[in-house]
Amino acid sequence: MNVPLPPTNGGCRTAPILKERGQREVFCGLTGIIWLHRKMQDAFFLVVGSRTCAHLLQSAAGVMIFAEPRFGTAILEEQDLAGMADAHVELDREVEKLLARRPDIRQLFLVGSCPSEVIKIDLARAAERLSQVHAPHVRVLNYSGSGIETTFTEGEDACLASMVPVLKDTKARELLVVGALPDVVEDQMVSLLTDMGIGPIRLLPARRIDDTTAVGENTVFALTQPFLGDTHAALERRGARHLAAPFPFGDEGTTAWLRTIAMEFGVSEETFESVTAAPRARARKAIAQAAEALRGKSVFFFPDSQLEIPLARFLTRECGMTAIEVGSPYIHDALHGPDLDLLPAGPQISEGQDVDKQLARARTARPDLTVCGLGLANPLEAEGLSTKWAIELVFTPVHFYEQAGDLAGLFSRPLRRKAVLQMEAAE
Amino acid sequence: MKLTVWTYEGPPHVGAMRVATAMKGLHYVLHAPQGDTYADLLFTMIERRNHRPPVSYTTFQARDLGADTATLFKASCQDAVDRFDPEAIIVGASCTAELIQDDPAGLAETMGLSIPVIPLELPSYSRKENFGADETFYQIVKALAQPQERTARVTCNILGPTALGFRARDDVEELTGLLSEMGIEVNVVAPLNATPTDIARLPAAHFNVLLSPETGEAAARFLEKNHGQPFTKIVPIGVGATRDFIKEVAAITGVSGNVDESRLRMPWWSRSVDSTYLTGKRVFIFGDGTHVAAHARIARDEMGFEVVGIGCYNREMARPIRALAKEYGVEAFITDDYLEVEAAIEALSPEMILGTQMERHIGKRLGIPCAVISAPVHVQDFPARYSPQVGFEGANVIFDTLIHPLVMGLEEHLLTMFRDDFEFHDDAGASHHGGKAKAKIAETVDAPAQPQGDNVIWLSDAERELKKIPFFVRGKARRNTETFALEKGLHEISLDTLYEAKAHYAR
Repeated sequence: MNVPLPPTNGGCRTAPILKERGQREVFCGLTGIIWLHRKMQDAFFLVVGSRTCAHLLQSAAGVMIFAEPRFGTAILEEQDLAGMADAHVELDREVEKLLARRPDIRQLFLVGSCPSEVIKIDLARAAERLSQVHAPHVRVLNYSGSGIETTFTEGEDACLASMVPVLKDTKARELLVVGALPDVVEDQMVSLLTDMGIGPIRLLPARRIDDTTAVGENTVFALTQPFLGDTHAALERRGARHLAAPFPFGDEGTTAWLRTIAMEFGVSEETFESVTAAPRARARKAIAQAAEALRGKSVFFFPDSQLEIPLARFLTRECGMTAIEVGSPYIHDALHGPDLDLLPAGPQISEGQDVDKQLARARTARPDLTVCGLGLANPLEAEGLSTKWAIELVFTPVHFYEQAGDLAGLFSRPLRRKAVLQMEAAE
Repeated sequence: MKLTVWTYEGPPHVGAMRVATAMKGLHYVLHAPQGDTYADLLFTMIERRNHRPPVSYTTFQARDLGADTATLFKASCQDAVDRFDPEAIIVGASCTAELIQDDPAGLAETMGLSIPVIPLELPSYSRKENFGADETFYQIVKALAQPQERTARVTCNILGPTALGFRARDDVEELTGLLSEMGIEVNVVAPLNATPTDIARLPAAHFNVLLSPETGEAAARFLEKNHGQPFTKIVPIGVGATRDFIKEVAAITGVSGNVDESRLRMPWWSRSVDSTYLTGKRVFIFGDGTHVAAHARIARDEMGFEVVGIGCYNREMARPIRALAKEYGVEAFITDDYLEVEAAIEALSPEMILGTQMERHIGKRLGIPCAVISAPVHVQDFPARYSPQVGFEGANVIFDTLIHPLVMGLEEHLLTMFRDDFEFHDDAGASHHGGKAKAKIAETVDAPAQPQGDNVIWLSDAERELKKIPFFVRGKARRNTETFALEKGLHEISLDTLYEAKAHYAR
């Protein structure tokens, strides 16, 4: 089997990490609701928060998807804070109205925010109470997506972690694949694993509330996203075992991820090759085309989604780029270690952020491509740097073989665009 | 607690950011948790600004709450002053910081900074974005404006335009030109592109032009009371309003109100024969109070539309909009709940909506054309071209904006003429909306007549006839016929009923 070779100059796993704290130019965990509500089509996400939370949710996606969405904000008002209204009574009333209007809803997530955490509204108690009222038709869970506790993608982590305790027990030896993926990508992944004879495959989150996703001491699980630290811990507490692997971005990452699972399930090399050969070849070809514009260029990652380390691995090893700095909001060795092992030594690895200091480093380094959030992209473009806005990396299908070319394309498009625009007067 | 899906306005500290981002040499130190930085993208992405908003967020996290968030605030404040070297800072709290009661104003005061520190009290749980902008601008003016002599020449200030304002950039330019034609020089425009030094110079002007009451009225009132500067009450959006505005300025200053109108094309465009088709088009208008009031007048008096409903999302303007609705004989919708607005539009089924980005989405869902006339707007409504709303060029721009979503006059008749042609079909739509055209789908067998509305049944011949009516007036014909049938106590609509109703509503 194809084992990815560690870099000859050593990897980044033991490299010193620059830890910074200060102003962070990142979203809070509420943002995850934008993709989670698309993934779980029978779920509603009710944020208990302020007007700021509601405003974030409609601004973060860049555009509003103006169907009546399956999320909303119960906005706290003055009488809620002054204790003139019992927050729990108010919440029960809003939930009652909501569920009456949306009988298709089977799962309700009460999502905590900065204000609800600070005034200590006990959403766990509310979820328990509302579950009893609305069972069996609706299951009510709670998690916090607040900015004081979660950074951007950690919201999905908190959401999935909240689902782990209510998963059924099982003694069966099953593979659980964890992380919200677009349906089309999830189908590809399931079909690759199924073709190798691996099964049953359970998914967290499932597309709809179901009884088939279960967990127990014979469960092994694989993560498709590098930001699921709490979910990882919650699953281990239920006795499940993590299959640590590089994340499935690009040809190499996808192959390594699949191989780890294949080895666990005793898949023969012939079978593995016959299942993966064709999509691998397609992925390589697609990457090669898109990577044309990336080869020999430098990249600088601002911390955003925790996807930075696996993506830096993909861009350096498969697209010929050089990483200058790889910033991640948090680094978990258990999750990011395998990717750090493969990332060639050289870049500054940084955790956390003091945005003005980091901007100063980026200005000094003048990278060919800067991966950063929406608040920074246009200002950096105006300074002459090319940027890739990071949120597209979590909104776009980028995992596994068939999307590997698209992933490289997301990074090459800003550079190709810069090359094609000619606005000077003709000579 | 109130369930909200989409909001017209952000929290008040976003209003303060609109003022800070519009200005130069001012910095905003905002006590806020991680995540509130999302607001930067409103300016850098939606408005395509090429620099970060001048805002430092303290970015506190859960672990700081037990410790010392006050020290964090002071450190951020000192950092911001050292790094950005502003002429003045404004300090305040976002919704979460308001709860932890660190008192940013008091903390900043104890730091002994050498520049003016302007504290903001913006109640996040009762007020919204427009209030935040208005109050912030007022506090800045109150703190910095210096008593001084009037300029020798007749000058004015333009008050109210902020970052993320609807066409603020071009309105300032158009208004400056109009005033210059009247012989009036602009002393300071604020907050847009003003420095704290400019704010100090405000009282040198002879009067103020209040361009955006939503974001500038408190400051205008303060300057009137404390510096004796009258301010204009008419916002010059539309032909009539612009002419009234010129008279108002002439009355305040004594300058001549004779202004060259040769650039004003709108009245002729509206009188020309192609515009006949605009007559009596039923429009619904929703947005901020100022733009809604201006567009109600434009719609009725300058375009010849029928206004079927008006409303605004900012409660501060509820009273004038209610009064206006009464004058127009329609219901006023004062709400910030877009579901209520959608229900109102659905019930009134207008032929066109003049609204915000929310109404554009509502129109898309209901299949009703919509022109965007008010904030909040999205990235496509920050045009690269010169596109003011005020003054004579503004009137020209608005004419174009309002007819663009519609089918042109002669084309309307051609569409009727060709609608039975086998190469043509209803969904083809207007010729200048290529992207929206749909390929013709094979005719399906007519479904049996369904009761529509209150137990009125369409007989099949009437239903067939209804389908021959051009799609863009079919909804109106259906509704009028049903209303007519109900009034006559009919439970079935026949071919005759359809034509009786048509005669009844003929105009």
